[in-house]
Amino acid sequence: MYKILRKEYLSPATVLMDVEAPRVAKHCLPGQFVIVRLDEKGERIPLTICDYDHEKGTVTIVFQGIGASTKMMMELEAGDAFADFVGPLGHYSELIDEPIEELRKKSILFVAGGVGTAPVYPQVKWLKEHGVDADVVLGARNKDLIILEDLLSKVAKNLYITTDDGSYMFKGNVNDRIKALVNEEGKHYDVVIAIGPMIMMKFVCLLTKELGIKTIVSMNPIMVDGTGMCGACRLVVGDKVKFACVDGPEFDGHLVDFDVAMKRMQQYKTEEGRAKLREIEGATHHGGCGNCN
Amino acid sequence: MDVLKKVPVREQEPLVRAHNFEEVCFGYNLEEAKAEASRCLTCKNPRCVEGCPVNVDIPGFIEKLKDGDAAAAYGVLSKYSALPAVCGRVCPQETQCEAKCIRGIKGEAVSIGKLERFAADTAREMGIKPEKNCTPTGKRVAVVGSGPSGLTCAGELAKAGVDETVFEALHEAGGVLVYGSPEFRLPKEKVVKPEVENVKSLGVKIETDVITGKSVTIDQLLDEEGFDAVFIGSGAGLPKFMNIPGEQANGVFSANEYLTRSNLMKAFREDYDTPIVAGKKVAVVGGGNVAMDAARTALRLGADVTIVYRRSEAELPARAEEVHHAKEEGIKFELLTNPTEILVDENGWVKGIRCIRMELGEPDASGRRSPVEVKGSEFDIDVDTVIMSLGTSPNPLIASTTDNLEVNRRGGIVINEETGMSSRPGVFAGGDAVTGAATVILAMGAGKKAAAGILDYLGIKKD
Repeated sequence: MYKILRKEYLSPATVLMDVEAPRVAKHCLPGQFVIVRLDEKGERIPLTICDYDHEKGTVTIVFQGIGASTKMMMELEAGDAFADFVGPLGHYSELIDEPIEELRKKSILFVAGGVGTAPVYPQVKWLKEHGVDADVVLGARNKDLIILEDLLSKVAKNLYITTDDGSYMFKGNVNDRIKALVNEEGKHYDVVIAIGPMIMMKFVCLLTKELGIKTIVSMNPIMVDGTGMCGACRLVVGDKVKFACVDGPEFDGHLVDFDVAMKRMQQYKTEEGRAKLREIEGATHHGGCGNCN
Repeated sequence: MDVLKKVPVREQEPLVRAHNFEEVCFGYNLEEAKAEASRCLTCKNPRCVEGCPVNVDIPGFIEKLKDGDAAAAYGVLSKYSALPAVCGRVCPQETQCEAKCIRGIKGEAVSIGKLERFAADTAREMGIKPEKNCTPTGKRVAVVGSGPSGLTCAGELAKAGVDETVFEALHEAGGVLVYGSPEFRLPKEKVVKPEVENVKSLGVKIETDVITGKSVTIDQLLDEEGFDAVFIGSGAGLPKFMNIPGEQANGVFSANEYLTRSNLMKAFREDYDTPIVAGKKVAVVGGGNVAMDAARTALRLGADVTIVYRRSEAELPARAEEVHHAKEEGIKFELLTNPTEILVDENGWVKGIRCIRMELGEPDASGRRSPVEVKGSEFDIDVDTVIMSLGTSPNPLIASTTDNLEVNRRGGIVINEETGMSSRPGVFAGGDAVTGAATVILAMGAGKKAAAGILDYLGIKKD
């Protein structure tokens, strides 16, 4: 069993947990994910890693309660435990293998959308610890859905927050903010790392292709085992079939076939799931994330 | 009783079992087992033993069954095999031990598999555990993967006094026995779990949720965790696809995904949360045992199922018994047929599968006659789900995180056939991780051979 040491609500629908998992924590690097199972009858849920502590042996996860399993997971409190907590899975961020001197010369922009903010944080933090600057555009539909602002503001060189409805900071989606940075504020970026809903990553990639900026995305397709066995997480990347769990989760965003990926996400979407999303997100739920329509 | 014929084994009626996940075969009772055992000629030079990849003393255990002594029969079996209740169910006896049986020359071979199953099942019901009498050697060996090769290797080493830890990536021990073989062929609670418990009763520790190559590397096991050797039995890996148009449509699954959802994640049970798209009309592409398992699982989930296979019935790689059972249950076969395209509706879901008829040409490298397309013979089958069962390629996680571990061009770990040792001293491998997808018993044979290789490497003499 894997004990929950801390639980914190980041928004009414988003929860953060520190989980005791020494083997996972020991090997974690930014960009990787874990598979979590609530109990003997639960699903295997892939979740991105938000933070980790090699010494304490803890891993921090952030998730939203949407499906039957994640809703039950949200009910857990500090002191409770998960039946299973496996990882770290997938490749770590390719930035980590680059020589630090090269990285320091680069102008890096992270684009975080919704819960995708969680896996952006450890990457920016890792870069900061290695003396590498990175800017972050953090987008959400409204102010209530902005998460991890405090933590990110401590590690990002510049944190640009934007909300679809203008309820906090800049009004517009992440692309509007990127365009403003590049076209009006004279910013130049060598590489963009975009993590968020697939529809967001798709449109960021369309924009950065236009702007000629190399873009890395982190894909979160349906998974079952997460260990390179079932093939549920297959994606089309540059006309080749790739498996997010062992080949990814990060890919060259300009090569990913997002339309295929988004269609495949719908396979197990149910009317209940859609109803829940409408309930959580109320009037701001416009189905734009591609997770339910 | 006709000595030339096997004592028939009782099975669930085909049309009843097509709607449930209970085991198909009931197995022998004591009287039937004694009668069948009495057909064994107890040959002086038992050819059946040569046919067995783990060389079970077959006449030896059958001899005990002639007197109805299942406990003693199990005592013989457990010296050779860690998983007799599994082997009695899923081994292809017809091409191994039973193929060599002298009885088979004039009549039907002795039903060795069903007798093995009877002995193992009866011993389990009697609460008998495998015996272990050895002195601890002080050596520690890590086994990666708790499938048939890993459990066998760990069991063998534990019996020789080695301190054993098995690392399993999934949340349950058993590997393919748990995620691959369906309940109706290999019951999990009744058969697999107790066999795993038997291995544990030899002193083997099993740590689940450890994905070797990620949670810990082979080098760390050797250098930091103090293991003297490692056996890699990580099994088969990523599923293969056909690379035909429409394959990314919703409703196209690998057999691995479909079976994992149903077997490991228990999607067929209402008290589990796992979703599965059961499908109303399902095409399964492929002709191996996994294809039969996927087809028969889909049937039990309520689908109308067609198997599409590019060669003829004679070349079906699946066991004859599985094909026979599938047919009895009402699964249709489109043989000498190959898919060319998956037809997709406007919402991105499968609406059919376009196929072309094939005919057999010249024998290929495998010795099987290779199928050739019959021009202009395309036709469509109306389906909403397609399950691809075309084999797998080895999982890349260990090879990619272990320095100097040689792999072949298909990604299988290269080993010395005699010792099971890889290109890294002290690192051994066996099973599907070496050969690509094969059978449970071949994996067990590889685990057993590697165990001998490891004992030799560690300088331990087996009692």
